[in-house]
Amino acid sequence: MTETVKEGRRRFLKLAGLGALAFSARKVLGKVAGEGARRWAMVVDPSRCRWDDGCNGCIKACHAAHNVPSVPDPKHEVKWIWKEKFADVFADQEAPHVAESLTSRPILALCNHCDDPPCARVCPTKATWRRDDGIVAIDPHRCIGCRYCVAACPYGSRSFNWVDPKPYLARVNPDYPARTKGIVEKCTFCVERVDRGRLPACVEGCPEKALIFGDLNDPQSDVRRTLRSRYALRRRPSLGTHPEVYYLV
Amino acid sequence: MRDGPKIAAGLALFLGLALSPVWQRVAAGRARQPEPVIAKPETRCLASREVMRASHMRLLDEWRQAVVREGRRGATDADGRPVSMSLTGTCLECHSNKKDFCDRCHLQLVVKPVCWGCHAEAAEKS
Repeated sequence: MTETVKEGRRRFLKLAGLGALAFSARKVLGKVAGEGARRWAMVVDPSRCRWDDGCNGCIKACHAAHNVPSVPDPKHEVKWIWKEKFADVFADQEAPHVAESLTSRPILALCNHCDDPPCARVCPTKATWRRDDGIVAIDPHRCIGCRYCVAACPYGSRSFNWVDPKPYLARVNPDYPARTKGIVEKCTFCVERVDRGRLPACVEGCPEKALIFGDLNDPQSDVRRTLRSRYALRRRPSLGTHPEVYYLV
Repeated sequence: MRDGPKIAAGLALFLGLALSPVWQRVAAGRARQPEPVIAKPETRCLASREVMRASHMRLLDEWRQAVVREGRRGATDADGRPVSMSLTGTCLECHSNKKDFCDRCHLQLVVKPVCWGCHAEAAEKS
């Protein structure tokens, strides 16, 4: 009797050990395999941005492509890519004597597609998660509108649809779904275009090429070459979210 | 039991009305069939009519999973030709008449798919 019980326990422990080993090996292998994969990132060059001419090329292109509503009430505003004061974009960055041409102009803000996205960590339904290529994606089908992610994002990159966005669309792009009241949305790095080998809408919409998009894991990509030649800031690096949107200075 | 006949008549009336869907069906020989209209027939199909009728919702669910969560956007149809997994881009190319196609069955069966809350109908497409 005791013999079989002991046998059973030994067998159980062996199997459990093997299972744990297999599980962790899968995770490690996944990480190693993921290293050869793509890692999308964006570089913003504020010095090229023609903000003073009232250029809105990137914002217009993005909002038209993704059916982003223009809700006049700022409390109900929906933002994917927008202009923000330098001091607010780089809230923890001291810039006492930096050229006013840089600090006085609005800076483009968008989702940073963080390497360690706090929004994805808090989402209770995995409606938002980090894809293997680094894009922090949103699955509106799963969003329950709890707004944990809105609270978690330190960059204000997420907007909640407090009202039905449809009446605030000048034109509906039928090839991209709109959203309904009660779900959260944000910039998706144009996942639907990137997956088909195209550049994001804002990058194509910028007449001055102030936005550069590419693969960080490819040393010859535009983003890597730009980052090699110019110094770049990231937003609130002290938070440890590792944003993948870079700002050239 | 003086009210016996009245009660019996009332019961018969009640049962007749309450079970009207059943005896109407029996009288007609079969249930009322919704008749969805295909806007562009004779074009390439993803699967046979029977398969689509029974499990189009499963197919849409699989497509959604593949595109949104896994980033796979291409599939193959019944003949092995490539198709893009897109509701508005592929399905609505032929089934562009939501009212006479999707709604015919959904209304009768009181199924309320929430797709159209976000995805554009083909009418909005033109």
